[in-house]
Amino acid sequence: MPETTSSLHEITMSQAIHDALAEEMRRDPRVFIIGEDVAEAGTPFKVLAGLVDEFGKQRVIDAPISEPGFASIGVGAAMTGMRPVVDIMFGDFLGLVMDSIANQAAKVHYMSGGKLKAPIVFRTTLGATRRAAAQHSQSLQAWPSHIPGLKVVLPATPFDAKGLLKSAIRDDNPVVFIEDKLSWQIKGLVPEEEYTLPLGVADIKRVGSDITLVATSSMVQAALGAAEKLAVIGIQAEVIDPRTTVPLDRQTLIESAKKTSRAIVIDEGYEQYGVTAEIASVIADGAFYWLDAPVKRMGALNTPVPFSPALEDLTVPTPASIFEMAKTLCGAH
Amino acid sequence: MNHPNPLDLEQGLHFYEQMLKIRLFEEQVNQLYLTAKMPGLAHLYAGEEAIAVGVCETLRKNDYITSTHRGHGHCLAKGAAVDRMFAELLGKSAGYCRGKGGSMHIADPESGNLGANAIVGAGAGLATGAGLSIKLRASNQVAVAFFGEGAMGQGLVYEALNMASLWQLPVVYVCENNHYTEYTAFREVLAGELRDRPAAFQVPSKEVDGQDVRAVYNAVLPLVERARRGEGPAFLICDTYRYYGHHVGDINRAYYRPKQEEEHWRTARDPLQICAQWLRGEYAVPPALLDEIGQRVADEIRLGLEFAMQAPFPTPSELMEDIYA
Repeated sequence: MPETTSSLHEITMSQAIHDALAEEMRRDPRVFIIGEDVAEAGTPFKVLAGLVDEFGKQRVIDAPISEPGFASIGVGAAMTGMRPVVDIMFGDFLGLVMDSIANQAAKVHYMSGGKLKAPIVFRTTLGATRRAAAQHSQSLQAWPSHIPGLKVVLPATPFDAKGLLKSAIRDDNPVVFIEDKLSWQIKGLVPEEEYTLPLGVADIKRVGSDITLVATSSMVQAALGAAEKLAVIGIQAEVIDPRTTVPLDRQTLIESAKKTSRAIVIDEGYEQYGVTAEIASVIADGAFYWLDAPVKRMGALNTPVPFSPALEDLTVPTPASIFEMAKTLCGAH
Repeated sequence: MNHPNPLDLEQGLHFYEQMLKIRLFEEQVNQLYLTAKMPGLAHLYAGEEAIAVGVCETLRKNDYITSTHRGHGHCLAKGAAVDRMFAELLGKSAGYCRGKGGSMHIADPESGNLGANAIVGAGAGLATGAGLSIKLRASNQVAVAFFGEGAMGQGLVYEALNMASLWQLPVVYVCENNHYTEYTAFREVLAGELRDRPAAFQVPSKEVDGQDVRAVYNAVLPLVERARRGEGPAFLICDTYRYYGHHVGDINRAYYRPKQEEEHWRTARDPLQICAQWLRGEYAVPPALLDEIGQRVADEIRLGLEFAMQAPFPTPSELMEDIYA
C-alpha cells in the first residue's frame, strides 16, 4: 500500500491500467498500443476505453485477428526504437504468440551480443471461474516465467497494477504483464501524483507470524480471505505477493518463511510444473533449517478448465481451501 | 533481358566485388566445416549472391533488413565485415554477437541489420514491425525482409502482408525462391503460384531472374523508392538456386535434387559469371581488372579468417551477460 494517505483516490484496477497507459503515452511518444478491438471498443473489457480519443488511431492501433502477426510487428517496432504495448486479449492466446515472445523478444538482446533490445510489453490475462471454459480461462504465467530474457508481472491491486505497468513500459526488456480478469473491478487507493514500482520487489500484503502464504495475482485476495479466517482461530498468516515472478524477490520470500517456519505457495496456474513449484523450491532451499513443515503448493487442478460452474469452481484454490491447508500445516484442529 | 536503368561501370564492379566476397566467404565456411574447424552448421548462400547484393545496393545504411538462417550473404551485402563474421561463426568474442549468436543470428544494427533468424518467416513479421516503427517515427527509412520460398508456408508472413498493405508500411518483401524448402522441392509443398499470394493482399509484386544482379537491382529499386515515398509495401520474387545443400552437412543430396540440375545452375546461371559477362561485354572490362578484384577479395577473406582464428573465445564470465538489457 502507498506510504502516504494525503492524496489518495480510490479507483478500480481497470482504471489503474488505463491511467498507467495514458500517463506513459503522454510522457513518451514512442509508446503505442496494438491489438484487437483496442481503439473505439477499448477492448471487450473496456479497460482501454477512451484512449483512442486522446491518442488517435495512429497510437491505439486496431489490428486484425492475427495475434502472431501483430505480436511480431510489435517486436520489430520495439527493436527499432518504439515501445509497443501489445494487447493479447486472453492469456490462452499466448500459445499463438509464443514465438514472438519466447524466441524473438526474449532472445534478441542475448543473441545479438547485447546490441539489439526489445522494450515491449505484452498485456494479457489470466483467471478461471468466469464460465469461459478451457480456451479462455487459463493462467499461463509459468510459460513466460520459464524463458530467460523475459520479465513477468502479476499485479493484484490497483496500486500495484499502475506502478508496475508504468515500470514495465519503461523497462528495456520484454515484459509479460498478466491481469486477472476478475480483479479489474477490485477497488483500491492510488496516489494522485505520479509513481512507479520497481519490478522484482515483493509486497507484504499482511503481516503475520505463524505461516507464510505466498500468493500471486488472483490468489492474493484468496489468501487474504484465508488469513482473516485463520486469525479467528488464532493463526496469524503473513501474506506475501511477489508481484513479479521474474525477477523474483527471493530474499523477501525466504525471510518470511524463516520467520513463520511454514509456507504455502498459491498461484492460479496449473499446479504441475507451475509457478508454485519454482517458488516452493526457492523457499525450501533458502529456509530449510527454519522450516517446521514441508512447503506446500496450491495451484489450479491439472485439468483443462471445465465449463460447468459445478466443476469449474472446484479447479482453483479458494479462501476456504487455503484456510484448510494452512490449518492442517499449523497442526491446528 | 531489358535493362532500362543501366548501371555505371563503377557500380557494376562494386556489385561484382560484393558478390565475390559472399561467394568466397561461403566457400571458406564450407571448408571450415569440412575440416572440423567450425562448431555447428551453416546454411550457405552461394549461388544466391545477386539477390542480397542487388537489393542491399538500393538501400541506405540506416535502412533495415531482416535475414534468415541462410543469412551470411544478406549480412555482408548490408555492410558487415568479413573478419567479425568469421569470428561469430567460430564462436569468438570478437564476433558480431560476441559469439552468442552464431551463423543463424548475426545482427549488426550499425548497418541496419536486425538479425538473421532461425525461425522461418519470423523476419517478415519483424521487418513489418520495423516498417510500422518507421511510419510512426516518420523517419524516411525502408525495411526489407529476406526470406525463402519455404517461408510462404508460414501464416505469419500473410498476417504481416495483410497489415503492411492495410497500413501502407514501407516494407519490401524479398522472396528468394531457391526451389527447395530444406530437402523438399517447393512444388511439392506449395499450392498455386507464388505471385498470387501478395496479390491477394493487393501488394504489388515483381518476378525477376535472381541470378542477374543488375536485373535484381533494377527491379527492386523502384519498389524501395515507392516504399520510401510512403506508397506502401511491395513483393519481389527472385528465381534462384543454392549451390550447396540445405546446410553444410547436407552433402549427399541426390535423393532430392539431381546432380545435373546443380551443374546446370552452376554453369549456365551463375551470378558471378553472368555479371562478369556483361562487365566484359558491355563495359569492356579487361579480365585483369576482374582478377585484381578477385585477388583483393581473396586477401580480405584470408585476413578475416586469420583474425577470427586467432581471436579469443568468450570467457565464462560472459555467459550470463546480455540476458537482460
